[in-house]
Amino acid sequence: MTSMTASLVTAASEVHVPVVAPTEADGVFSLLWLVIALPLASAAILLLGGRRTDSWGHWLGVAAPAASFVLSCVLLAALMGRDEGERQVGQHLYTWIDTGRFEVGMDLLYDPLSALFMLLITGVGGLIHLYSVGYMAHDARRRRFFGYLNLFVAAMLMLVMSANYLGLFLGWEGVGLASYLLISFWQHKPTAAAAGVKAFVMNRVGDLGMSLAIMLMFVSFGTTAFAGISEAAGNASEDRMTIIGLLLLLGACGKSAQVPLQAWLLDAMEGPTPVSALIHAATMVTAGVYLIVRSNFVFEYAPTAQTVVVIVGTVTLLWGAVIGCAKDDIKKALAGSTMSQIGYMHLAAGLGVVGYPFAIFHLLTHGFFKANMFLGAGSVMHAMNDDVDMRHYGALQKMVPVTFLTFAMGYLAIIGFPGFSGFWSKDKIIEAAWADNWVIGLCALLGAGITAFYMTRLMLLTFFTKKRWADDVHPHESPAVMTGPLVVLAALSVLGGVLLAGDWIVDWLTPVVGHAEHHELFVPPIVFSGIVVAVVAVGVAVAWLVFQVPDEIPREAPQDVSFATKAARADIYMDDINDTLVVQPTGALVKGLAVFDRTVVDGLVEGGSATTGGFANVFRRVQNGFVRSYALSVFGGALLVVLALLAVNFA
Amino acid sequence: MNEVPDFVKPSIEYAELWPLLLIFGAACAGVLVEAFLPRKLRYPVQALMSIAAVVVAFVGVILIALDLPEIEDGAGRGILAAEGAIAVDGPTVFLWGLILALAFAGILLFAERQLEGGVSAFAGQAAAIPGTEAERQASTRGLDHTEVFPLMLFAVGGMMLFPASNDLLTLFVALEVLSLPLYLLCGLARRRRLLSQEAALKYFLLGAFSSGFFLYGLALVYGYAGTMDFGGINDAIANSTGNHALLLTGIGLLSVGLLFKVGAAPFQAWTPDVYQGAPTAVTAFMAAATKVAAFGALLRLFYVAFGNERWNWSPLLWALAILSMVVGVILAVAQTDVKRMLAYSSVAHTGFLLTGVLGLRATGDITPGQITSTQAVLFYLVTYGFLTIGSFAVVSLVRDASGEVTNLKRWAGLGKESPVVAGIFALFLLGLAGIPLTSGFTGKWAVFSAAMSAGAWPVVVAAALSSVVAAFFYIRVIVLMYFTEPAPGEAPAVTMPSVLTATAIAMGVGVTVLLGVLPGPVLEMAANAGEFIR
Repeated sequence: MTSMTASLVTAASEVHVPVVAPTEADGVFSLLWLVIALPLASAAILLLGGRRTDSWGHWLGVAAPAASFVLSCVLLAALMGRDEGERQVGQHLYTWIDTGRFEVGMDLLYDPLSALFMLLITGVGGLIHLYSVGYMAHDARRRRFFGYLNLFVAAMLMLVMSANYLGLFLGWEGVGLASYLLISFWQHKPTAAAAGVKAFVMNRVGDLGMSLAIMLMFVSFGTTAFAGISEAAGNASEDRMTIIGLLLLLGACGKSAQVPLQAWLLDAMEGPTPVSALIHAATMVTAGVYLIVRSNFVFEYAPTAQTVVVIVGTVTLLWGAVIGCAKDDIKKALAGSTMSQIGYMHLAAGLGVVGYPFAIFHLLTHGFFKANMFLGAGSVMHAMNDDVDMRHYGALQKMVPVTFLTFAMGYLAIIGFPGFSGFWSKDKIIEAAWADNWVIGLCALLGAGITAFYMTRLMLLTFFTKKRWADDVHPHESPAVMTGPLVVLAALSVLGGVLLAGDWIVDWLTPVVGHAEHHELFVPPIVFSGIVVAVVAVGVAVAWLVFQVPDEIPREAPQDVSFATKAARADIYMDDINDTLVVQPTGALVKGLAVFDRTVVDGLVEGGSATTGGFANVFRRVQNGFVRSYALSVFGGALLVVLALLAVNFA
Repeated sequence: MNEVPDFVKPSIEYAELWPLLLIFGAACAGVLVEAFLPRKLRYPVQALMSIAAVVVAFVGVILIALDLPEIEDGAGRGILAAEGAIAVDGPTVFLWGLILALAFAGILLFAERQLEGGVSAFAGQAAAIPGTEAERQASTRGLDHTEVFPLMLFAVGGMMLFPASNDLLTLFVALEVLSLPLYLLCGLARRRRLLSQEAALKYFLLGAFSSGFFLYGLALVYGYAGTMDFGGINDAIANSTGNHALLLTGIGLLSVGLLFKVGAAPFQAWTPDVYQGAPTAVTAFMAAATKVAAFGALLRLFYVAFGNERWNWSPLLWALAILSMVVGVILAVAQTDVKRMLAYSSVAHTGFLLTGVLGLRATGDITPGQITSTQAVLFYLVTYGFLTIGSFAVVSLVRDASGEVTNLKRWAGLGKESPVVAGIFALFLLGLAGIPLTSGFTGKWAVFSAAMSAGAWPVVVAAALSSVVAAFFYIRVIVLMYFTEPAPGEAPAVTMPSVLTATAIAMGVGVTVLLGVLPGPVLEMAANAGEFIR
């Protein structure tokens, strides 16, 4: 049945879009649910167990994702042992919503794509948990922190392992909630609480797109399962698929901090640094890329939506890079870079079958090197009494040698130094982009140059140049429990490129996303790589000339700077744009309605004196005739209702 | 002799109607208890009798639900009782069960005496003018009004009759029977009595005003169809006899009366004042159960009597649903009082429920696998009812020396003061916001997909947008409770309730979690309720 429909689809369209048709889980695959259940159970124990678990709680928190990681490895080995056509495994846990005719199951899907994500989440996640044991050692609420982290891991695993959109949405909301809890973890800082709220609200805008997309798919196909939708997607009209695709993209933009919903990511850096590494660099923010690659059966039938994905990715990659150039806060500079790198991934995902594997490849390598650098930044902050301003650093390479060396590996990887993981993955994306459209390719190439510039700036300001820290700061290397994960992640940053050896990752993902022939470039690939490396070298050289050679960086950021720098420092005024376009009009509307509705005099009703100004006194007089005005509004409403009914019918 | 037709004795189907009659009977018995029992005995007798009546009636409803006969074409189950005045069908028994369950929680809240230090939340002597010697005396003698129990049972009886009414007159009688006791109950607060009495008077005047519209609409529809019977009106519309303008005006005016009761914009003006002024136990019960009863009646009236006219009324409901959601969420954002915030949130929820109502389609258009609008609305009512009663019950726990503290500023830092209460309230707020794994998510999902399948996507888009804004103000309260330091000397205090309020809150928590994780059985129950019979 399935194969027949699949062949029909193939005949109807030029592209071959693989249909999701998992086989029932058996053998070792029946343990699939444990991967989610372990961190979830650990989160429950840590959050509900109270103070009794304080002494050993953090080790349980580390053990749960570690166990999930081992299990994911075993599962991966089992999956590799299967034929290419059978690499999709489904597991039905229980029926979530069932009304006889309408059924949504808690179903899991294990295929090459989710396998890679599980390894990333549990592997990198486990290392970050380990690092946090040291990083949060002096925090009285460490146990709770680990509870939230475990909760996040469980939700993220749910997101990538669900076999239908509703389950994905559950994980999607779950990671949002965990991220919100963790951003505002240091709630005593008002900025942290505000950042948490901002992240939550902006993500809700994205979630709106997600929920509408799911609703529309349900109405169109009668199911929310990947299997059902991928089977029937070819029969739907292109317009409808375009709308679904754009709505999914809105969801992806919110979660992955893409323009225009990117503003929350920089503020999210208020959270503890391991959170920034785990959630706001390696895993959660890449959920948007996962969503688009997973929904390949939607996007392949919606070329317009794909174009929009490419544009959003390109704009964001430049946007994030420009912000990264101007930030003095080391974490915010890295956050700008994260935004930019995810822009690369979206760009690749928008290119279709050619780009999907490279989007995932870059996602994995980025997960390694960015987690590495965030944890490295955390280690530097640890050494500098939690100061985040790079203008107060300088000449730290001798003080924190391990952190410096591991950070350097991440640095070389992100700028795309030949041989390092980032070189392979970014190069492939720029190449594919160029083959698709030279304007996009040029933007991606320019982005690589800017990346080299701002990362070199970060590197120089932190580890080289003159010492600028105050005398009462005594930089020291972090304990082994923190440097250990750094070393592992540094190794992965260097070696991540092996995934591309023999086109392994492309072949591995073929059962999920299909296979496409690569387009020819105007020059041989080796020459093209040379061009990319040359652009990167220019970026590095410029940064060297600007920062290292004069070596006169003031401790305070100078204010008489060019407009471009000011704009970049202010996140290209996105907060102001949001404020002017959305927040202020809404606020004015609310105020107007509130005045109309007498809520201003709430204080009077309560006998409170806070609002008893002259303004409120005016309204007290209005209040006397209140039932009358309510009755008037009822009457007006009734009149409207009747007239509207009549007008509609006799117009 | 034989010109005079035989007098036919009207038959009453006691086997199907006895839960309804039991509630009314218990209410009458409660009046006698007030008259004849010594003051000391009244509280325990009234409370126990009310609880017993509600529990027995609930069991009765289950038994009746289990053997409702199928009607001929298999489209529904049930009978027309009391000469066609009352329809006991699937949706009716579903709503009966729900109303009785909410009433059970409501009685527990009414009977709570620990929060006020040994007396109930109701006035010692309602007739005493606030601030006089008489009031002071009533208060020092520890009096309270136990009439609240029979009053509530009358309201419950009216609420049960409301969605079961199968003709316009019964509908009107039920509307009044449920409303009058509620007006009284609203004015009986022990604290802040002026505010409470003002609320009661406003509610009464506006309620009477809207009843006038309702009655006028009733007359016009009768003028069009020549019958009060829902089935008869449906036939008249199908045969399109009479003056169409008369019918449309009638529908408009009837809907004003019902939309006033459910608190849809632009008829929502009373809700914040009344919800705020009424004793919190009354607000909890009223907000939950009235909405259930009134939406049941609205569904039956629009689906059974005016089903053939739906192309004409659904645009109106589109507009009102969007308006209710927008007005509700926007004004809720501006509130500084937790009861007013919940009141505006209930206006928004009315909009979400209307989104489900306008998902009506002909049975033939519904493909297998789709949620019918009746099912969606019934399910949403379950989720909403328990969320509301639970959250107001929590509000009654946060107090200081002068009674409940409803100013949101004073809720800052509640998470530290009482993690359990703050946690429960946070759960209810997440449920109201519709976050997955709470009942609110499943409910919203159900009504949205019903409306979406009926092609009402603009409403669904508006609804989804409103939920974004709504999430903002619900989450803001959570932030306030957990992440904000209280002003010095203004730390909130939580009074430990007795087992009564605790049980009511536990019911809310249980339903919220259960319907979020395993909504299947209740969704199926709502599906099995089938369609309204004619």
